[in-house]
Amino acid sequence: MRALALEGLHGEAGARFAPFAGWRMPLQYRGIVAEHTAVRTGVGVFDVSHMGRASVEGPSAAERIRSTASYDVTRLAPGEGHYALYCTEQGGIADDLFVYRIGEERWLIVHNAANARPDYERLAAAVDGPGARAREVTEETVMLAVQGPLALDRLAGVLGDPVSGLRPRRVAEIPWRGGTVVLARTGYTGEDGAELITDAERGAELWAALLAGGAAPCGLGARDTLRLEAALPLHGHDIDVTTRPREARLGWVVTLDDEAAFEGRAALERHAAEPPARLLACIRLESRGVLREGLPVHESEGAGAPPVSRLTSGAHGPTLGAGIGMAYLPPALAEPGTPLAIEIRGRALPARVVARPFYRRPRAG
Amino acid sequence: MELPEGLLYTAEHEWLAVDGDRGTIGITDYAQDQLGDVVYVELPEPGSRVESGAVFGVVESVKTVSDLYAPVSGEVLERNERLDDEPELVNASPYTEAWMLRVRLEDPEQLDSLLSPKAYEELTGQEQRGGE
Repeated sequence: MRALALEGLHGEAGARFAPFAGWRMPLQYRGIVAEHTAVRTGVGVFDVSHMGRASVEGPSAAERIRSTASYDVTRLAPGEGHYALYCTEQGGIADDLFVYRIGEERWLIVHNAANARPDYERLAAAVDGPGARAREVTEETVMLAVQGPLALDRLAGVLGDPVSGLRPRRVAEIPWRGGTVVLARTGYTGEDGAELITDAERGAELWAALLAGGAAPCGLGARDTLRLEAALPLHGHDIDVTTRPREARLGWVVTLDDEAAFEGRAALERHAAEPPARLLACIRLESRGVLREGLPVHESEGAGAPPVSRLTSGAHGPTLGAGIGMAYLPPALAEPGTPLAIEIRGRALPARVVARPFYRRPRAG
Repeated sequence: MELPEGLLYTAEHEWLAVDGDRGTIGITDYAQDQLGDVVYVELPEPGSRVESGAVFGVVESVKTVSDLYAPVSGEVLERNERLDDEPELVNASPYTEAWMLRVRLEDPEQLDSLLSPKAYEELTGQEQRGGE
């Protein structure tokens, strides 16, 4: 089991730990609902150092990353980041990732913890050559996600003015206390905020400064309920090698209007020519109860028949006060408003397809 | 962890309060703490029966689902309907406001197999050490 560099600080903050993807991770501190609410209404901080991180450097880095990623990252200017997929030759989703162009020839890639090793091997195989070099930097850095309507304000208080000028999905290097903090305006909660990557020493100082400023320490439990309310897919659950990007409504991160060769391109072009056979839909339970991954989904009048699908994720959505989940449905059933039944412990409970996402943050101004 | 005297406990983390031939059932402070935020409680209707050691209901927290086991057998006289709308009472007040069922006790000998507060405390202490 791998331990976070800041594990001692998490213990001091009252963390309860649980194993996740080979890491001993904080599951919760005060409680999942309190942490969830802190992120929706104030600011929370998550230690997400279990995420795989790699740097890529060199004059050919952009083209080499593009040769394995679904999105045309050569379009990114220095200081910009974008979501992307690694696809299989069959056009399934091997993982999702975030690509940041920190400088002209310097990139940072963030992978899911559960797939970090195969992802890094895939990246290095695609990138390493005369014009570019990949390097695994997970162990030598920490990664904190600071999320919530007050996140930017609090970060500006700690890191200084450069934070406030940074727009969503932008990334910047901020000199801080003799080192550097990479700050990206991204996250996995549906709230405003940022993700920060720095060395362990400054990571510990940042954690302490954020908590002293009132940020709630948050664990993986709240991370999961927050991302599900925002309808953000989790690889290994909502997306995997058997699901296609367009089915998961991720067609927007597959670039096909260029000539670049990348893994899965041929299959993805075939898929683009036909309508998806199923779509990932947001489902809200209309009676009391909690939705869980794996529960059978039925047509509303078809509770006796075999299920039409199963939930790929499910939870109690604290902001909505209802059971929420996602499932792949035939397009005719995936329309918002469609009544469904979810089978829980042998009973068919009424549910309905709702607009994506479940929760959308109020826009300031 | 709160562990009132005068109650009997099960290894599955329910408590039983006995008053004559009436028993009141709920889950322990330790159980609610382990579950985290409780968001749903499913209980049998009055008139149905619960059987000692058998599942009588379900409690769902944000992070997990857990069966409820009856400490004793008997007819359900009343279920706590407040928990339908306020399941969070299980976290806030597991021994009082969040009682779950009142049952008619049938077999006094079943009480002998239940745990004293001290025996239950030892059991949860072992669980915590094993869980670390």
